[in-house]
Amino acid sequence: MTDASLHTPEPRKKSSLMTVNARTKSRNASETRFRMYGIAAVAAGVFFLVVLLTAILSNGVGAFQQTFITVEVFLDPAKLDKKGGREIENIKKVSTFGYTPLVQQALFDAVEANGIETPLTKRKDMKALISASAAAQVRDYVIANPEQIGETVSFRVLASSRVDGYFKDRVTRTSVARDKNIKPVHLDLVDGLQAAGVIKKQFNIDFIVGADASESRAEQAGMGVSILGSLFMMLVVLGLSLPIGVATSIYLEEFAPQNRWTDVIEVNISNLAAVPSIVFGILGLAVFIQFAHLPQSAPLVGGLVLTLMTLPTIIISTRASLKSVPPSIRDAALGIGASKMQAVFHHVLPLAMPGILTGTIIGVAQALGETAPLLLIGMVGYIATNYPDGIGAGFLDPNSAMPAQIYEWAKRADPAYYERAWGGIIILLVFLLTMNIIAIILRRRFERRW
Amino acid sequence: MTVKLTASVLAIAAVSASAAFARDNVQVAGSSTVLPYASIVAEAFGENFDFPTPVVESGGSSAGLKRFCEGVGENTIDIANASRKIKDSEIKACAEAGVTDIIEVRIGYDGIVFASQIDGPAYTSFQPVDIFNGLAAKVVKDGALVENTYKQWADFNADLPAADIAAFIPGTKHGTREVFEEKVLVEGCKEAGAFDLYMAENGGDKKAAGKACFEVRTDGVSVDIDGDYTETLARVDANPNGIGVFGLAFYENNTDTLKVATMGGVAPSTESISTGEYPVSRPLFFYVKKAHIGVIPGLKDYAEFFVSEEIAGSDGPLSEYGLVSDPELEATQTAVADETTMMEGM
Repeated sequence: MTDASLHTPEPRKKSSLMTVNARTKSRNASETRFRMYGIAAVAAGVFFLVVLLTAILSNGVGAFQQTFITVEVFLDPAKLDKKGGREIENIKKVSTFGYTPLVQQALFDAVEANGIETPLTKRKDMKALISASAAAQVRDYVIANPEQIGETVSFRVLASSRVDGYFKDRVTRTSVARDKNIKPVHLDLVDGLQAAGVIKKQFNIDFIVGADASESRAEQAGMGVSILGSLFMMLVVLGLSLPIGVATSIYLEEFAPQNRWTDVIEVNISNLAAVPSIVFGILGLAVFIQFAHLPQSAPLVGGLVLTLMTLPTIIISTRASLKSVPPSIRDAALGIGASKMQAVFHHVLPLAMPGILTGTIIGVAQALGETAPLLLIGMVGYIATNYPDGIGAGFLDPNSAMPAQIYEWAKRADPAYYERAWGGIIILLVFLLTMNIIAIILRRRFERRW
Repeated sequence: MTVKLTASVLAIAAVSASAAFARDNVQVAGSSTVLPYASIVAEAFGENFDFPTPVVESGGSSAGLKRFCEGVGENTIDIANASRKIKDSEIKACAEAGVTDIIEVRIGYDGIVFASQIDGPAYTSFQPVDIFNGLAAKVVKDGALVENTYKQWADFNADLPAADIAAFIPGTKHGTREVFEEKVLVEGCKEAGAFDLYMAENGGDKKAAGKACFEVRTDGVSVDIDGDYTETLARVDANPNGIGVFGLAFYENNTDTLKVATMGGVAPSTESISTGEYPVSRPLFFYVKKAHIGVIPGLKDYAEFFVSEEIAGSDGPLSEYGLVSDPELEATQTAVADETTMMEGM
């Protein structure tokens, strides 16, 4: 048998490595194209990230500042303590409605004292400028210091959300023309008061540490109580999911026999990680609230639900980091006479710890940003209003959580709440970033590679 | 360390779980329309009384009443807010669960307004019949019911702008939808003559005819919004011709982006609604479990505070926010003070 090509010899193609032939050209071109796609994809990703962050920052930064009015309130004994005995019971009988005129009068006096010209001639006309929270602020002060009745005390009270919006360019003269809560003459007065230094925009710590406020007082609302709610929920999540998750992983990875049962369990854990979080919310409502009769809206229940959600994440990451510890370590430990348990707890686990912690922190960070299951267990609404008075109350008293609070604010009618929702997102992002940075540091400093 | 932490967390939870059964705050749930008012009252209540601020959840009138009817006990809510009257079926469900004594409290009226983009066309001559003609599944043409094919408002009423019809109405789970159906669609249906035609079609069955009037067109011209008014606002914002259905209070907080449409020539306001000139309004309620009074501290005080003159009266903060105050507020105050239940009131 002879080769066919031998009979018809073709002239040998002459080519050189120095000149690029058509095939190489097309291969090179396709590589260049692929690189371009890659760069375009990265650029698109970065672009969206930048758009997102700019939107969050530009919309939300305003929430950290608030407009305040400084007024000298005369605590009129004729109104606040009619009987004159300065008895706390009598003083408490005067509700915030009794304090409102005093604050309005104080601002009215400030307008006159500064010689600001305004067509507003009545004390009641000042109402549009001052937040309704001012009366409560003065009342709290009087109840704490009853001896001050009869004196004139200086208060820094919140301006109403419309005035605050004017300072932040949310409220303009054209929009005010159709607003029944505030009139252009009020804005003229605000300009005058600003020139006189009575009204100022300042940093507002209460946005970070304060409690939620009602629909009509957007200026007073803060994240503080819901941050505590999130904190107590995360304590539950951490306290339950870390030990359960790590114990499960160690058993499955190091001790369990390979049989059909463990296969079924493994598959189900992976499936569980992909279950939408709202499903855990329904489960939590049915099991923890309706069956176990745990209290509604409690961070304990929220934490339990989020634990269910976080467990698969922790188990999967823990198993991955246990797997990455080389078998030689186990073999060496067993070889010098350690029991299986000693080998695992003295050698494998410490080496896997950084990976486990990283996985846990990422799982908890995910839980921190979760809203959907909380909708179902009653943590959305006008809830985060009282600071918990103790650790037990922190777990069991009704509370909200950061993402639920943001969702609630975004729903409310007053546009001032829209800004606060963005501001809330900034606070939530700061928490998430901190947790992720801790995870990165742990991984960088302690993780060993083999 | 982790083991210890878990143990302590569990111990704390166990210790305080028993403490939780001495609940000291009032728990309220229900209509998202009543939520703003309830939150305003709860806030003022927390400031003026020594009780903690009540907790107010939203979720809708039906969901709230369902939870209200779960039974008596500190693990159930004390008050259900509702933007409609409690149904007989709900009263029955309540009674079966042991909730027999219910105090009904009417807090005032809420107006329902139609509003469009501030720069959009002006809808200044709406009548219920126009809304019906624009949105109903079938309209009357030459004395017969035909599929609704109107594209523009001006197609059937020359007084209306020549703008494409696009409406965002509350979804069927909202209490607002019911009012929209009864006060706008049925009225328009009767005016257009469709009601009589439906009656003839159904052999004089009023109920079936009424139901047929509720049918809205499904060709995408009328969109059901299942979310909140904020979602409706976003949809109206994105559609220059769009018209949305809002609560009066929501509109009054967003006058810078919304333009209100008149109904029957009357612009909605707390005044025009209280006099009855503006036709589309509904009463708002909350329901109190009588068995919880005296057990949950502050429950009766909260209910009384809610309907007090300085809160729910015509100069109070609720009216300022957009609630139309109830002319019979005094009767409600006495009823709350006497703890008159629905059965006794009948």
